[in-house]
Amino acid sequence: MVQFLFFYFAIAVIGLGITIVNSRNPVHGVLLMLVLFFHMAGLYLLLNAEFLAAVQVIVYAGAILVLYLFVLFLVTLREEVRISPFIEKGYWMGFVIAIAMFITFIKGIQNFTLGEHGAYTIEKIGQLTHTKAMGEAIYTTYILPFEVAGLILLVAVVGGIALAKRERKGA
Amino acid sequence: MVHLSWYLTVSAILFCIGVFGFLTRRNIIMMLLSIELMLNSVNLNLAAISHYMEDLRGQVLVFFIIAVAAAEAAIGLGIVVTLFRHRKSIHTDQIVSLKG
Repeated sequence: MVQFLFFYFAIAVIGLGITIVNSRNPVHGVLLMLVLFFHMAGLYLLLNAEFLAAVQVIVYAGAILVLYLFVLFLVTLREEVRISPFIEKGYWMGFVIAIAMFITFIKGIQNFTLGEHGAYTIEKIGQLTHTKAMGEAIYTTYILPFEVAGLILLVAVVGGIALAKRERKGA
Repeated sequence: MVHLSWYLTVSAILFCIGVFGFLTRRNIIMMLLSIELMLNSVNLNLAAISHYMEDLRGQVLVFFIIAVAAAEAAIGLGIVVTLFRHRKSIHTDQIVSLKG
């Protein structure tokens, strides 16, 4: 059953990914990306990472994609569906580079061995619940990266405002 | 039983799709969407390795990557809107000011 679910999610994610990069209409691409994110959350559930699945749906599907859709509607797309979605002479160049990278990755995966196991076994996470285990790790061991993440979000807010501000003439 | 290498293979395929989209698409918004695709594949990779190593480090890293991705999307789309306001186009082959 787990195997069946894994293959369903994996094939759906890969198929949707290929459809998105080839989609002529960007709105279709963004909406298919929404479906892809839900399947990605399914893969996280198979990995016993319930908190990450929830964050994936809330942050990616709920916030980031809505932002993409808004910006997509702000810019005009009238001629978009008539011209080719790819840059000139770029299709085969990109294809060859992607295939070469994939071969490199596969060679790396074949020689991959896991390091030593940590303290959080599946039973322990099940006992603690995943959210609590994550929270304990973030607020004790990883408190400094957590603060830095807050700083990055602050920079994003300031940068967003600075970019959106209309330039006044002569000011 | 699902092997770790299956997850890693799915993640590698997804990353290559993202690279392909980033290199070939004409529309800047679709290029940013390809970056999201790549970030997602890396997240899957980290979560899978973390699960099979019975450790939470990778999953904590996924949490931070999602936060950085949100910031990146906000800034990137802000730049796209500003670009569109100035040039009336978001096609990469029409933005050639820096080309010598």
